[in-house]
Amino acid sequence: MPAGDNPFYTALALIISMDPGLIGIVTLSLQVSLLAALIASGLALPMGAALALWRFPGRNALIVLLNALMGLPPVVAGLCVYLLLSRAGPLGQFGLLFSPTAMVIAQVILVFPIIAALTRQQVEALHNEYAEQLHSLGLNRLRMMPTLLWDARFGLLTVILAGFGRASAEVGAVMIVGGNIDGVTRVMTTSIVLETSKGNLPLALGLGIVLLTLVTLINAFAHIVGETSKRRLG
Amino acid sequence: MKKMTILATVSLAGISWSTSLLADSDYITLASTTSTENSGLFSAIIPAFTDATGVEVRVVAVGTGQAFEIARRGDADSLLVHDTAGEEQFIADGYATERLDIMYNDFVIVGPSDDPAGISSSESVKDAFTRIAESEFPFASRGDDSGTHRAELRLWEDAGITPQGEWYRELGSGMGPTLNTAAGMNAYSFSDRATWVAFENPQDLTLLFEGDNVLFNQYGSLLISAEQHPYLKHDLAAQWHHWLVSEEGQQAIADFEVNGQQLFFPNAE
Amino acid sequence: MNAPLSVPVTSDVPALHFKQMCFEHRGHCLLAPTTLSLSGCQRTLVMGPNGAGKSLFMRLAHGLLPPTSGHIEWEGTKPPVQAMVFQHPVLLRRTALDNLTYTLAIQRVPYRQRKALALQALEKFGLSGLAKRSARVLSGGEQQRLTLARAWLLKPAVLFLDEPTSALDPAGIKAVEDAVNEFHQQGTRIIMSTHDLHQARRLADEVLFMYSGQVLEHTPAQHFFDTPTSVQAGAFMRGELVW
Repeated sequence: MPAGDNPFYTALALIISMDPGLIGIVTLSLQVSLLAALIASGLALPMGAALALWRFPGRNALIVLLNALMGLPPVVAGLCVYLLLSRAGPLGQFGLLFSPTAMVIAQVILVFPIIAALTRQQVEALHNEYAEQLHSLGLNRLRMMPTLLWDARFGLLTVILAGFGRASAEVGAVMIVGGNIDGVTRVMTTSIVLETSKGNLPLALGLGIVLLTLVTLINAFAHIVGETSKRRLG
Repeated sequence: MKKMTILATVSLAGISWSTSLLADSDYITLASTTSTENSGLFSAIIPAFTDATGVEVRVVAVGTGQAFEIARRGDADSLLVHDTAGEEQFIADGYATERLDIMYNDFVIVGPSDDPAGISSSESVKDAFTRIAESEFPFASRGDDSGTHRAELRLWEDAGITPQGEWYRELGSGMGPTLNTAAGMNAYSFSDRATWVAFENPQDLTLLFEGDNVLFNQYGSLLISAEQHPYLKHDLAAQWHHWLVSEEGQQAIADFEVNGQQLFFPNAE
Repeated sequence: MNAPLSVPVTSDVPALHFKQMCFEHRGHCLLAPTTLSLSGCQRTLVMGPNGAGKSLFMRLAHGLLPPTSGHIEWEGTKPPVQAMVFQHPVLLRRTALDNLTYTLAIQRVPYRQRKALALQALEKFGLSGLAKRSARVLSGGEQQRLTLARAWLLKPAVLFLDEPTSALDPAGIKAVEDAVNEFHQQGTRIIMSTHDLHQARRLADEVLFMYSGQVLEHTPAQHFFDTPTSVQAGAFMRGELVW
């Protein structure tokens, strides 16, 4: 990887050079974080919607817990997954520690509460508006869920992006469960930590700029898709 | 509902993708220290090993304390650290069966270029540490139970000093971050030579003291107990273990240079 | 409460019986115990000033709310198909056409038939040109017509309308009233609340007059408008009863 004194030139040089090492790191970062955001969405969207629709004992406690877990320190999530996947841990026999799968699992744990808590909020607001009409159409709560999730899609897109943002930005969890192994589990954020620890600050910052650029592009894409269909549907 | 199905399919496809990464060639996981990884030693010597054996080595670079813990839990196939006393204890505890000397480098004391405590003229580490403690100029310590931290603590003890007070800052960080912080505070610090030579952000820090025999820093490789952790890749790990002390491995270590300077000195018997 | 119905029962729409139906919320009685029956294919107009409990009555009758005591019973083994049109149209964040195909999907109408049926309904309610428009950007009148088209697709035996015209201009009001008559001619029982006296005169076969959480009258329309029994109904019609 090239190194210079100016982080912006370094970032530019990194992008232009298409360094295969960098491309591998970028690809892995995106794969891990996007996959984590997707899996977390698959679990958290129905869970958030269910929490919005059903009343049961302990519901409020669950909502408070989810809200609190939005602030879960990544390193704590990482440590929990580490202990879980370690050979000496309950899921040790699968040998998943220090693999991209372990990183995805840790990030799912980080992203899930964000998506679930915010989905609950969005769906609850929409449900207040739709409840009588959907009830009148003969839908029970279970059948309301897909309708509400779909009609809240523009808000939920932002929610999923927030989850993806958390996944792509965190370093504490992937560092512990991935081990920052060159070519296997090294991602953008752990590379930045590594370069910082080598004192190569321009390269570290350059990588940071590359990461930010990528995340910005993904967000811009999602924003444009969302706005276009929103404008069509009002 | 359709959306859920798509999500589930994508998730499953993704999981199988990420696990497929695990299924590739033979590899071992090596728990080692940041000093060896950050200086670039492993990227220099591992390709030679992989060429010779077809075995990939995946390095998880952490502090020595954490490296021991990873190995103790059976999460690494091999262990290469620099804390001889700790390594011998590890064998005594039954977690490893064999330890081999691989190489050494040395520790150095770095600090502000104007050297306010005047350690560059000191006779020994004992002398240098005493001057720092008495002048109470800031000293940045790893404070992370790493091999370097353990070595530093032993040297304070030898000097008869209990390092404490506002001048002694325990950072709880790796060697690189500690040097970054020391540079920022313009403080003295204790580093392994490899990390220091490869370090690119020294600012006003400079090497002030080196060469005392007690600064000798021995690295050892350990064979992890097959009895404790039967499922590990002991055969491959043994190949690596013995390659390090082979003529080829020792030469690869000797050939590794940063800025024209040899950082590790092979000393296998 | 007034005398039993005198309008002949001609339809096979099952009768709806309220037995001591009562609704309380936090200790306040919002609907006093009510016992009455709605039967036949009639247009029942629920009248009364604001706050009389009309909307609550409609929601209880439609089954959106359970009564806190008493019963609501449909004659026969199960309740007939019902639809409800609300004062403020609730439309999904989709196109006008998709709002209708959604309704058909819920009814488990085969996928291939949905679009054609939905387009027919749009045409029937004069919305053909708006099929691809977002339902949420339509005008108030268009939105209410879309909810009527949605109700039409359900082929309801009973149609509830809760003050469906109170936010509409005269043309919009006429469109809704025409639609109500169209439903009625197809054999649908209409239960509609309004506080518009003229509208009630135009549409009603029978009137339920409510005041302050009580059903005070349940009489044929002619009878109600000519000789209201309760003091409140008389005052209401003279425009004297505001609350």
